[in-house]
Amino acid sequence: MSMILDHVNYIYGQGTPLETKALDDICLQIPHGQFVGIIGHTGSGKSTLMQHMNGLLKASSGHIYFNGEDIYDKDYNMKKLRSKVGLVFQYPEHQLFEIDVFSDVCFGPKNLGLDKKETELRAFDALRKVGLPMELYYQSPFDLSGGQKRRVAIAGVLAMNPEVLILDEPTAGLDPKGRDEILCQIKQLQTDTGMTVLLVSHSMEDVAEYVDRIIVMNKGRVLYDDEPKTVFAHYKELEAVGLAAPQVTYILHELRARGLAVDVNATTIEEAADTVYAALGKVRRK
Amino acid sequence: MLRDITLGQYYQTESVIHRLDPRVKLGGTLLYIVSLFVFGHFLGYAVAALFLAMVIRLSHVPFRFMVKGMKAILFLMLITVGFNLFLTPGEELVSLWKLSVTREGVRTAVNMAVRLVMLVIGSSVMTLTTTPNNLTDGMERMLGPLRVFRVPVHEVAMMMSIALRFIPILMEETDKIMKAQTARGADFEGGNIVQRAKALVPLLVPLFISAFRRANDLAMAMEARCYRGGEGRTKMKPLVYEGRDKIAYLCILLYLAAGIGAGYLGRFLGI
Repeated sequence: MSMILDHVNYIYGQGTPLETKALDDICLQIPHGQFVGIIGHTGSGKSTLMQHMNGLLKASSGHIYFNGEDIYDKDYNMKKLRSKVGLVFQYPEHQLFEIDVFSDVCFGPKNLGLDKKETELRAFDALRKVGLPMELYYQSPFDLSGGQKRRVAIAGVLAMNPEVLILDEPTAGLDPKGRDEILCQIKQLQTDTGMTVLLVSHSMEDVAEYVDRIIVMNKGRVLYDDEPKTVFAHYKELEAVGLAAPQVTYILHELRARGLAVDVNATTIEEAADTVYAALGKVRRK
Repeated sequence: MLRDITLGQYYQTESVIHRLDPRVKLGGTLLYIVSLFVFGHFLGYAVAALFLAMVIRLSHVPFRFMVKGMKAILFLMLITVGFNLFLTPGEELVSLWKLSVTREGVRTAVNMAVRLVMLVIGSSVMTLTTTPNNLTDGMERMLGPLRVFRVPVHEVAMMMSIALRFIPILMEETDKIMKAQTARGADFEGGNIVQRAKALVPLLVPLFISAFRRANDLAMAMEARCYRGGEGRTKMKPLVYEGRDKIAYLCILLYLAAGIGAGYLGRFLGI
């Protein structure tokens, strides 16, 4: 198990009239190498949850274990945890500050106390992984496009060689093409390196295609925690908490209701097309 | 949202003082402060204290919030009292080495202390009961006549409201960037002074960029809504004096009269 959350609670503004329970008794186990989607409406506690995972927020009660060690132990090295659990915030391009792309990506590994050579090697490697064109490496990060800036920011975290990568809404504010590119690249990275990836999002469509497991958060609690198919089967309940299943789920259910024997568990467009062809008794030509 | 930002000390509750026109509160506070320095007699101060107590009672703000402001001026007060106590010439009471405490000294020191305390509490009442936005609105209206002398009153007031509006936003932004850089291994706490200053670069650069970006967006949004400065601009909620405001002005005048009267009475009776 890479990470275990054991009855984690978090209360904002304890002892004030504004006291709210942001996390309510969260128990999760995240094995090595899994691609997990964390889905929830705004204010469901998903961002709070992920800030716990690298120790930026401390739980009001409960324990978090990373590789078998309690991160709330007195002599636990938080800095090491943060290098092992990389956290990419929402709109990460807002954290860029260096004079060129390359130095900005170097910031993380440099903070780990690595020597110059190792730092630069890691930065190159990270920039290559996010697929940023070489000619941009020595440009000011502020001259890049939105999508490119975001890649640089993600590279900045990747350069720390984390075992677990957590991304908070990595596609917010990107156009559909940029969104698909980033998500594909993250998936690629996960399969290549065997890294554990947690993808926080409010859109089922975003994650359906890529993840092995979906955790649905609502009002600080875990509502569902299962593989995508099983979670989407609860599409009516998901709607009740302000989320939606992918559009194909709706279409397939509607087709089923109108008498076509399709498999309603298909989660991607590809699978949906296959099951529709199968139900019509036709062979799909690709 | 814009209405309910809480900044500085505004204490949200429902009271007649909260509902008063900000001009009344600004003008009243100013007159009150002046009155503290005009009344030279302890009977006058008694009237001032009574008036203040009444206003605090009406404002429904817990008294401990008023006292909070006192901490800030404690040092100033100690110095003032000290100087007055020891350095006023007159009839000697106690003598310590070269310094001597005089009857006149005690008198002025006590006077000064009472004035300062009431002054701070008096102005706290204003800031506790008026939102910063209301306060700038009030100031804009009161300083309006200065436009004749080419003082850009509206612009200054607008800048003040915008600055106040942006403080919570930038605080939140700071917190976010700090967390993001901490996640990348930045350390904002350890190290000596030079290292700490250096550690601020990854925080300040993004913060400034974000502030400029927001300023740019806001300017654009204002221009898109045809903002052209104060010329011919009307308000959605113009400040209009109501019955209670007139009564409040009357109360202030009565207070001034009572205070001055008390002073004369005191001297007449020879106390």
